Amino acid sequence: MRWIWIDRFEEFSPGVSATAVKNVSLAEEHLHDHWEDFPVMPVSLMIEGMAQTSGILVGQARDFREKVILAKISKAEISEPVVPGDQLKYHAEIVTITDQAASTHGTVSKNDKPIGTIDLMFSHIDQNLAGTKFPEENFVFTGQFLRLLAGFVEAPA
Amino acid sequence: MAMTEDEIFQKVTETLTEALGVDDDEVTPDATLTGDLGAESIDFLDIVFRLEKTFGIKIPPGDLFPDNILNNPDFVADGKLTDAGLIKLKESMPHVEFGEFDQDPDVNKLPELFKVQTIVNYVKNKTAN
Repeated sequence: MRWIWIDRFEEFSPGVSATAVKNVSLAEEHLHDHWEDFPVMPVSLMIEGMAQTSGILVGQARDFREKVILAKISKAEISEPVVPGDQLKYHAEIVTITDQAASTHGTVSKNDKPIGTIDLMFSHIDQNLAGTKFPEENFVFTGQFLRLLAGFVEAPA
Repeated sequence: MAMTEDEIFQKVTETLTEALGVDDDEVTPDATLTGDLGAESIDFLDIVFRLEKTFGIKIPPGDLFPDNILNNPDFVADGKLTDAGLIKLKESMPHVEFGEFDQDPDVNKLPELFKVQTIVNYVKNKTAN
């Protein structure tokens, strides 16, 4: 199983913004593990969903040459619980992108009503100042993430 | 019209409260970014990105905070800055007050030189041009 917390992209504007959809289902085990008698989507997993939406947006902006790693949760505020049957939308925008890093601004909606903000920072880890080396292969952007983009952008060579 | 130092300080304070999640009253001119305000490496990039937006300036890598100086063996030996390194650092960072750092230019003490006032000085120089 891949740790993947978005179902599909609804919109993808290279280098600018992306919107991903996540349908929340009672069949998902984690809903039962969070609070036993009150199945609710954990906010931590909404942050992960936004990180995947924003991270793919940031990765594609450099044609998936960089290894993009979540480096900082600048802000995460969700004002309402999300329960089975709800549809989440993660809308991410690139605020700044440089050789070293990127910052993104994200809006979370539940059934098309905005319920919160998740702002993130990503590091391009091969450009880190400490000079640490990582494997050549891009272990961040593997098949399943890239398949989500089918129909929106060309797959990287 | 150029901004006054007070106006710059106010905006830098807003930037730091957002980037580091600290309270307004913690952001004093003498507060160190790492020691007093808890900044980590990614926060320095975050601060740079936010300053660029807030003040409409461009901050090249290594301009506000040191970048390639510390990775250069000519400039650092045994965990201390060499004379050449010290000269280079002072030359490239006129916004930093070095104080007594010359006497023991330990690389680990370098973060203590970066205070709220350092950013204010940098922005002041940058927006005056």
